[in-house]
Amino acid sequence: MNAISRLWDSDLFWSFRTTPTAVVSAVVALICIVGAIGAPGLAPYNPFDLASLDLMDAFNPPFFMEEGSLAHPFGTDDQGRDMLSAIMYGARVSLFVGVSATAFALLLGVLVGLIAGYAGGAVDAVLMRIADIQLTFPSILVALMVDGVARAALPREMHDHLALYVVIFAIGVSDWPRFARTVRGSTLVERNKEYVLAARVIGITPARIMLTHVLPNVLGPLLVLATLNLGLAILSEATLSFLGVGVPPTQPSLGTLIRIGNDFLFSGEWWITIFPGLALVAMVLSVNLLGDWLRDALNPRLR
Amino acid sequence: MSEAPIFEARDLSRYFDVSKPALQRLLAREGRRTLKAVDGVSFAIPRGTTLSLVGESGCGKSTVARLAVGLYEPSGGEALFEGQDLAEARRSVAQRRRMQMIFQDPYASLNPRWRVADIIGEPLRAFGMAQGKAALREKVGALLKQVGLSPTDGNRFPHEFSGGQRQRISIARALSSNPDFLVCDEPTSALDVSVQAQILNLMKGLQRELGLTYLFISHNLAVVRQVSDQVGVMYLGRIVESAPAETLFTTPRHPYTRALMEAIPDLDMVGKERQPVGGEVPSPISPPSGCTFNPRCPLANGRCRAERPALIAARGTPETLVACHAVEEGRDGFGIRAAA
Amino acid sequence: MAALLEVRDLVVEFPTRRGTLRALDRVSFDIAPGEVLGVVGESGAGKSMTGAAIIGLLEPPGRVAGGSISLRGQRIDNLPPREMRKIRGKRIGAIFQDPLTTLNPLYTVGRQLTETMRTHLGIDAAEARRRAIGWLEMVGIPAASERIDAYPHQFSGGMRQRVVIALALCAEPEMVVADEPTTALDVSIQAQVIALLKRLTREKGTSVMLITHDMGVIAETADRVAVMYAGRVAEIGPVRSVVKAAAHPYSAGLMASIPPLTHKVDHLPQIDGAMPRLNAIPTGCAYNPRCPHVFDRCRVERPELIDAPETKAACWLFDSHAPRERSHV
Repeated sequence: MNAISRLWDSDLFWSFRTTPTAVVSAVVALICIVGAIGAPGLAPYNPFDLASLDLMDAFNPPFFMEEGSLAHPFGTDDQGRDMLSAIMYGARVSLFVGVSATAFALLLGVLVGLIAGYAGGAVDAVLMRIADIQLTFPSILVALMVDGVARAALPREMHDHLALYVVIFAIGVSDWPRFARTVRGSTLVERNKEYVLAARVIGITPARIMLTHVLPNVLGPLLVLATLNLGLAILSEATLSFLGVGVPPTQPSLGTLIRIGNDFLFSGEWWITIFPGLALVAMVLSVNLLGDWLRDALNPRLR
Repeated sequence: MSEAPIFEARDLSRYFDVSKPALQRLLAREGRRTLKAVDGVSFAIPRGTTLSLVGESGCGKSTVARLAVGLYEPSGGEALFEGQDLAEARRSVAQRRRMQMIFQDPYASLNPRWRVADIIGEPLRAFGMAQGKAALREKVGALLKQVGLSPTDGNRFPHEFSGGQRQRISIARALSSNPDFLVCDEPTSALDVSVQAQILNLMKGLQRELGLTYLFISHNLAVVRQVSDQVGVMYLGRIVESAPAETLFTTPRHPYTRALMEAIPDLDMVGKERQPVGGEVPSPISPPSGCTFNPRCPLANGRCRAERPALIAARGTPETLVACHAVEEGRDGFGIRAAA
Repeated sequence: MAALLEVRDLVVEFPTRRGTLRALDRVSFDIAPGEVLGVVGESGAGKSMTGAAIIGLLEPPGRVAGGSISLRGQRIDNLPPREMRKIRGKRIGAIFQDPLTTLNPLYTVGRQLTETMRTHLGIDAAEARRRAIGWLEMVGIPAASERIDAYPHQFSGGMRQRVVIALALCAEPEMVVADEPTTALDVSIQAQVIALLKRLTREKGTSVMLITHDMGVIAETADRVAVMYAGRVAEIGPVRSVVKAAAHPYSAGLMASIPPLTHKVDHLPQIDGAMPRLNAIPTGCAYNPRCPHVFDRCRVERPELIDAPETKAACWLFDSHAPRERSHV
């Protein structure tokens, strides 16, 4: 049996095929991801190319309304920018920040969790109390603090340049305790299993045991958590950008688009804010539903 | 036999701190609490023989097993590997590869994410005992054959095997580093009885063939009888009786050993009534004073409640070491029973 | 004597995505009033499944797909859940391996006993409490009148299993299904609990279905024994006959592989191979690939329970109508 048919036949994939929510979510998520990643090639216009902007096109409504046209299916903004293109480019920034922040939180959390769970004792107590303290701050507050510190510490020009990474760091730092706790819990269970003892008897070093024995066995819950966290990270970024402390205006994310569009909501040009909002909802919801499905599918007690 | 025993325990102890967290302890005005899991145990295992430790849960036999391969540090006494301090010996790769362990749970003792060939090959790689992939594969295949599996089984994952087959894989992993000393912690307790016979036969065959030395931990007296040369009976962290297997099973001396044997239902018991031992095993955190078996012992008197008996040669069966005042004083009616 | 419990051709199936698994395949046996039937077999043989089917607690998606279970002539395998709940506890008691699955950790043992009795016996609170203390004394709980207000976690493992026995018997059921009641206990405690179960059920005339993998426990407790293999009954008969003179090659092999306590043997008799998985049960007799006496018919035709010298065995060796070229028995 080759790898593809084995995958098709696996229990996990079977559960996927027979769960309609999972299939629909995956399709929506895939559209969002392809649209975001492929924006430079797929988007009808380049919203950052000032030469292509025409103020005559400003405030065009979406195609299904009178005066709308298929040239700008989601309409245009006050600058005459094509909304569909802006959303695709914005989703690209949102996705990049979400994935990077989750990866950062994951790496930090896994490292801390493995060490705390395997070492136990005082090391465990200290690391987990740090995580507990971290969890008492709302993540938005942490992100705002990090952003504030970065603004104060870095020269303005440099801050603008690094703003994207500051946001990634800010969101990642507020999310790592979740990963650390999960990994620590699983590590505590795994490290007393007899296969770990067998490795200790032959003198395998703790670091190697953690990486080759314990880590592969905690990947399941980790994958679920990472998926769910991705949705949350994208939302955190949107919130920060909506508040104006997120990504720089030169690289508008979905949150930035929503904030800009917000000004026109009551003057009738609702599409400038609603469409980026819908894109955000579609992306986060599909990722979250996928995470929920994965959690159920990987939980042997619910199978 | 002037040769040094492969493994020797001298007054070996292991205590665990089971206190509540500091804050709770302070609020409840409690002191630290210590569990004496193993409390002054001595034995020696000559090369090529099997010493078994039997006892009920909580008697400390599994803790001794873990002390014997260095998974725990002793809290007191000495663990010696061929006369050398165990921790010292384990610092050398050449010595470390000579001791291995087989575990109870065939489901938890194999990493579910690893292929069987990688599981068995782990010690080979760790000790640098196979050069190159081809040599490794060949050695793993030979090991699988040796334990009654097929070399092609190496490509499969543990969940594709039955409990008995997994235990064979565990044994193959233990054998891979050419060990001399195998610590077997309840190796057949999780298996069905017909499979248990397979594994016991396999282990006995391997011992004959390879001259292995076993420290065998079990709660099953019938299994112990089949594999042992020497048997130690443990109760609450101490050895209460130690004797050559034949002697122990034909003339058990300690009241606890006798009660244990009495408690085992036997196939010859069809429809028979037995008088089970009363009481339960006390908590090892606050064991009774004197002889720890005294609350359940039909022979207990004032001395048993006050004074801890030493493990000494028993009157009548000098090969037996027994920690019992009643036996020492001749209150156990040994001569009378033997005559009758 | 009319049977108390009659199990006829019981089939239990588990639908899975890779087809339906047959966990029990036409299992039949009776239990007489006051009788102790031991059910033995290796893990996965279907012994616990049989017990679960009888008390109506099969884990979904498992379901009874054929046959019948009757208690004093009344079908109980197709009752609605509400009716079955009334029978469970009132007419059939249950004892499981882990006492903590039966006892509610949030209620005192006294409350659990009195509620059971008040529900099923319709007695008042004072009477129920009086009887609960009596039951705790009967199962050997010291200081029963004080311990009645203790919670399950305040008892040791052995004491908890005693409480479970009291709970299973207090509504005076006609039979008890005891699934590995002593497996989680230490040897010396096991003996106490078995002795207790034996004494109480004999005094009350309760029938017992005793499910265990421990032949020693069966040998000293059961009147008759059913040996199960791969979801089928391989042999059933009086305990002495099954233990000492098993007819079915599987039962004989199983008995022989038990290590003796009385002497050391050089090589324990063993059964090679392992019990087949449910998705790979061979045609004909399920035991045929491991059987030393196998012949052609065993590979194609499934044997029903046939009269053997002292027992009934599902084995073609005992088919008197069409004797086969049996090598030797």
